[in-house]
Amino acid sequence: MAKKNKMSPGLIVVYVILIIWALTTVYPILWVIQNAFKAKNKILENSFALPLGDLFTTANFRKAFDTTDIFGAYKSSLFISTMVALMVVLLAGMGAYALARYKFCGSNLINSLVVGAMMFPAFATVISVYQMEFKWGIASTGSWFLNMLSVILPQIAGNMAFAMVVLTGYIKGLPIELEEAAYMEGCNAFQIYFKVIMPLTKPSFATVAIFSFLWSYNDLFTQSFFLRRPDMYSITMMLNNISAKEGTDYGLMAAVVALIIVPVIIVYCCLQKQIIKGMTAGAVKG
Amino acid sequence: MGANIYRNKKPALAFLLPAFLFMVLFLYYPFFKTIINSFMHLKQLGATATEFNAPWYTNYEEMLHDPHVWTSVKNTIIMMLVTLVGQVGIAIVLALMVDNIGRGKQIFRTLYFFPIVISATALGLMFNLIFLRDKGMVNQVLEMLGKQDLTDWKAEGIALVTMMAPVMWQYVGFYFVILVTGLNNISDELYEAATIDGATALQRVRYISVPMLHNVICTCSVLAVTGALKVFDLPWVMFPKGMPLKTTFLTGTYMYYQTMETKNVDYGAALAVLIVVLGVVLAKVVNAVFREKDY
Repeated sequence: MAKKNKMSPGLIVVYVILIIWALTTVYPILWVIQNAFKAKNKILENSFALPLGDLFTTANFRKAFDTTDIFGAYKSSLFISTMVALMVVLLAGMGAYALARYKFCGSNLINSLVVGAMMFPAFATVISVYQMEFKWGIASTGSWFLNMLSVILPQIAGNMAFAMVVLTGYIKGLPIELEEAAYMEGCNAFQIYFKVIMPLTKPSFATVAIFSFLWSYNDLFTQSFFLRRPDMYSITMMLNNISAKEGTDYGLMAAVVALIIVPVIIVYCCLQKQIIKGMTAGAVKG
Repeated sequence: MGANIYRNKKPALAFLLPAFLFMVLFLYYPFFKTIINSFMHLKQLGATATEFNAPWYTNYEEMLHDPHVWTSVKNTIIMMLVTLVGQVGIAIVLALMVDNIGRGKQIFRTLYFFPIVISATALGLMFNLIFLRDKGMVNQVLEMLGKQDLTDWKAEGIALVTMMAPVMWQYVGFYFVILVTGLNNISDELYEAATIDGATALQRVRYISVPMLHNVICTCSVLAVTGALKVFDLPWVMFPKGMPLKTTFLTGTYMYYQTMETKNVDYGAALAVLIVVLGVVLAKVVNAVFREKDY
């Protein structure tokens, strides 16, 4: 685009506004992190001072590790989200391949069923899913694995339709000549899928995996139905619980938020291109 | 030739079956079951309903008389307008600005998007500290500016603003990225031609960028409105149980409150049905208002 290089007054105003919005997204998080290193009463005195010298303390973090099972929560959350992402990629990929390449009677109906499945908010299904899983004996049991499974299953379903729409679009755009060549060499449909389609669809798989992972990792609503035992809390449940119980210990709150946010920031910095692409996949084609 | 590979339709079934099993078992079937549950007598999560309510439409009748339902629907509609005007509006302004600067595009994209990857639950805790009456960040800033008394940001009247501002703030970056992508797809030649004809930067924005973005803005608007119906985490963490005085309920949080806190599970199911109906109706309205145009 034709852009001027010299700084006109208008351009300076534009930069100032852009930087102000950037500050609103970054500063609150820095503010919480710096206050995590201060005693509660010091936060209330002056929350903008950097935690240097006498102000600095790690007491909040020690208390955070004592009062909450942060590692347990990380374990639950990472297990759930990884399983959801893997299963969505595997199953939605296969389904999308069939939708993209096979034409059979009823394929239009199936297409609209997939698009329709995107319309159900979690609110509309969660009560009955809980009822069903309770009957199966996997919801609210004493077993860690079954409890995780009871969250993983509905979350897979919740991401499936969207993933299939994104992947079908991508697979449709792949050149069919490669599949023809593989067919001539004697591959059957399954070999074609696993040896030809899957490697080619990797970028789109990454998009879908990131989307499903983050959606599941950040979800509070579904998890609050299935993970009600404190020893099985996921990260969002642990946060919600500690805020209800110890909401007035501001130092502890800041420390817990910092412990949850910092790893996400690090991952985001490393993978930001893929993450941004993954999260906006539905709206921006590709 | 291409059709030969896929003439045998049997593998298609095997490919589609697992994905469909999930969708039918965990989306379609539970949705219809929720509709049935809303007519049944069900006061415990996980129990199986055995009898109908008497009369069977009790819950829907109750909904009409329940003032909290009206509060939550009203709040949800306000939330929609806020997301539509606030998120998409701010995003348009920021996107047009970023499109006209030379350096730093990438860094702004990264910074603006970043609240979206953080869980709304953690952000809720963070905003609890920021809006703390007892000298949170906002009250400390106001104090420095000379304000004497501390504002209670969670008091009745102002609570809705305190709840909606963070929700709005979090997703601006999402629409920003979509709009910037849309702007990048506009051909440079249009801008060059306009510049040669003597158009100023503002005129280029007004007569090229904005009209060319029409469809992208429509997409964003639909996403913003439907997204507002799904908001749950952040309001629930900041204002649990609709506090103060049950004035901050959204449809989603009220459904959760009835189901989990008061164990009125069948009523919660009826509210879930209301949410779906509301979603379908509003999606239709928004689609009619923001119809895509072809250029």
